[in-house]
Amino acid sequence: MELFQNLALGFGIALTITTLSLAIVGCILGTIIGALPGLGPSNGVAILIPLAFTLELDATQALVLMTSVYYGAMYGGRISSILLNIPGDEPAMMTTLDGYPMAKKGRAGDALVLSGVSSFVGAFLATIGLMLLAPILARVAFYFGPAEYFALYLLAFCTLGGIGADNQAKSAIAVCLGLGISMIGVDNSTGMTRFTGGNLHLYDGVDFLVAIVGLFAVTEIFVFIESRGKDSAIGVKLGKISIPFKDIYLTKWTMLRATIVGFIAGVLPGAGASLGSFLAYMSEKSLSKEKGSFGTGDIRGVAAPEAGNNAAAGGALVPMLTLGVPGSGTTAVLLALLMTLNITPGPLLFNERPEVVWGLIATLLIANFVLLILNVPLVKIFTKILQVPASFLLPGVAMISFVGIYSLSGSYFDLLLMIGFGVLGFTLRKLKIPAVPVILGILLGSHMEVSLRRAMVLSNGDWTYLFDSYISVGLWIAAIVGFVAPIFLRSYLKKPTPIGD
Amino acid sequence: MSDRIFGSILTALALALFVSATQLESPFFADPLGPKSFPFIVSGAALICALSMIIKPDKDPLWPSIKTFIKLFTAIIILVLYALSLKKFGFLFPTALASASLSYLIKPNFFKSSSTGIVLSLSLFIIFKFGLGLSLFPFPKFLTG
Repeated sequence: MELFQNLALGFGIALTITTLSLAIVGCILGTIIGALPGLGPSNGVAILIPLAFTLELDATQALVLMTSVYYGAMYGGRISSILLNIPGDEPAMMTTLDGYPMAKKGRAGDALVLSGVSSFVGAFLATIGLMLLAPILARVAFYFGPAEYFALYLLAFCTLGGIGADNQAKSAIAVCLGLGISMIGVDNSTGMTRFTGGNLHLYDGVDFLVAIVGLFAVTEIFVFIESRGKDSAIGVKLGKISIPFKDIYLTKWTMLRATIVGFIAGVLPGAGASLGSFLAYMSEKSLSKEKGSFGTGDIRGVAAPEAGNNAAAGGALVPMLTLGVPGSGTTAVLLALLMTLNITPGPLLFNERPEVVWGLIATLLIANFVLLILNVPLVKIFTKILQVPASFLLPGVAMISFVGIYSLSGSYFDLLLMIGFGVLGFTLRKLKIPAVPVILGILLGSHMEVSLRRAMVLSNGDWTYLFDSYISVGLWIAAIVGFVAPIFLRSYLKKPTPIGD
Repeated sequence: MSDRIFGSILTALALALFVSATQLESPFFADPLGPKSFPFIVSGAALICALSMIIKPDKDPLWPSIKTFIKLFTAIIILVLYALSLKKFGFLFPTALASASLSYLIKPNFFKSSSTGIVLSLSLFIIFKFGLGLSLFPFPKFLTG
């Protein structure tokens, strides 16, 4: 009953003209951002955050706009995967495996529609999952004290490092980098500055938006200059678009299974959408009787990763909203948005600001239908976007990032810092060190330190307090397993390589 | 080799973090842990990871050629100059110049990149100034007075 009351509250907010139009604008922008190669959900949302502030939206509206962009980008990512064999964003990588071969067989339209429908199935069911699971998890989260939170942050860093990267040491070092940066500035407990080197600009610490835009958007500019911006042109001709009812019917169980797998992968803190699409694809492949057809344009290979990554996108919102621990790179960016809006995610959010949570959930339910319309009947419009040359797009991204950050603080120092993060991001990318743990470290570092110190205050400096409850022991075990297990599973988790032309 | 170099840099950073953490003063009323412990833990973890990067490096990545490095370096200079000039010279001219030269770096075509610069600078100004209401100055202050 409570659920329906909450939903009624949510729809009351979602069905106002402002919220609805923000959701629609967000969906359109998101699909465009997703479709453009090189602009994914995380850097797309990152460069839009500063601009969202200038619109003077309230918390719910800002969150609705940005989450619609996020969902839209997850839908749109498949478009360039299928047509160009270039993933529009990282989670859409798996869609290139069968999407592009299918398009080359002359079934580009069918592949786009089928993947659009599976995106819808994944995202819609995941939003329902979010609606059901989030309040339960929020109730569990009430039992979390500082010791549990400390273990939870550790779990997020460990699973992110364990599953997300090919080299454990490298993702752990990325976490340390982020944590180190988060310690710069005034120490909240004692009011003294740390690690500023006497630089006045650093007394406030490093603004995470500066780091995020630098690591995501500015890095992308350098990457494109290095690859000399191979002009994006339609690789595969797109014919008339019709709805392949037969394929959709044949893949219905694939979509459902992929949604479940993706949703679970999304809920795990630190794992995210890339893992969701990967696991969904691999599990479908291992369930299939004729394995050889995967990678050659199998319809299940198109439906599974798209349902999986969109379900994971919804699932990743669960730990972000209930515990304040993001499940992926983009939810980390959304968390940054919440923190800048002065909203602390966590169990209290559900009790004290139910309009934010339920307004968001209701809008997402509606946004999925908007996205289905944008991505199935109107998909042809968005394929035109792929023709925007990189030599126009990337300078545009750079200028928007600069003006966005400049409008936040008006200081040239932040701009220089952002360029620095861009250079760091490029180096990390070259050395195959993931950048998302750095972001997560910067975002969660001070929370992690504060919970550790609070735990020690409560226990008067007794370290065993950290393992004093079943919840924290469970989290510690999960963290260690999450970090160590992938070392042994690596040979099974090898990513299949996409075919060339 | 790249991993080893980066690993050594990080080792140095981790040690620097450790040393500067020891210099922090704990105030009289500090919590049991104080401001030092967390930096110690992080620097310890970083040290282990950095050393393991040195001991067990991955295969070298494909570094770009010297020509590309010069290009990347030019891009950094352009961005830094842009950051420094935004306040002094107004929005329109620096944006047009910076985006044109970035565009030229990605695809060397003089006509296309100069039009990219002009189109981006004008359209972004209109969007930011009138759409989003940012307070941007179109021209340098010494021109408009």
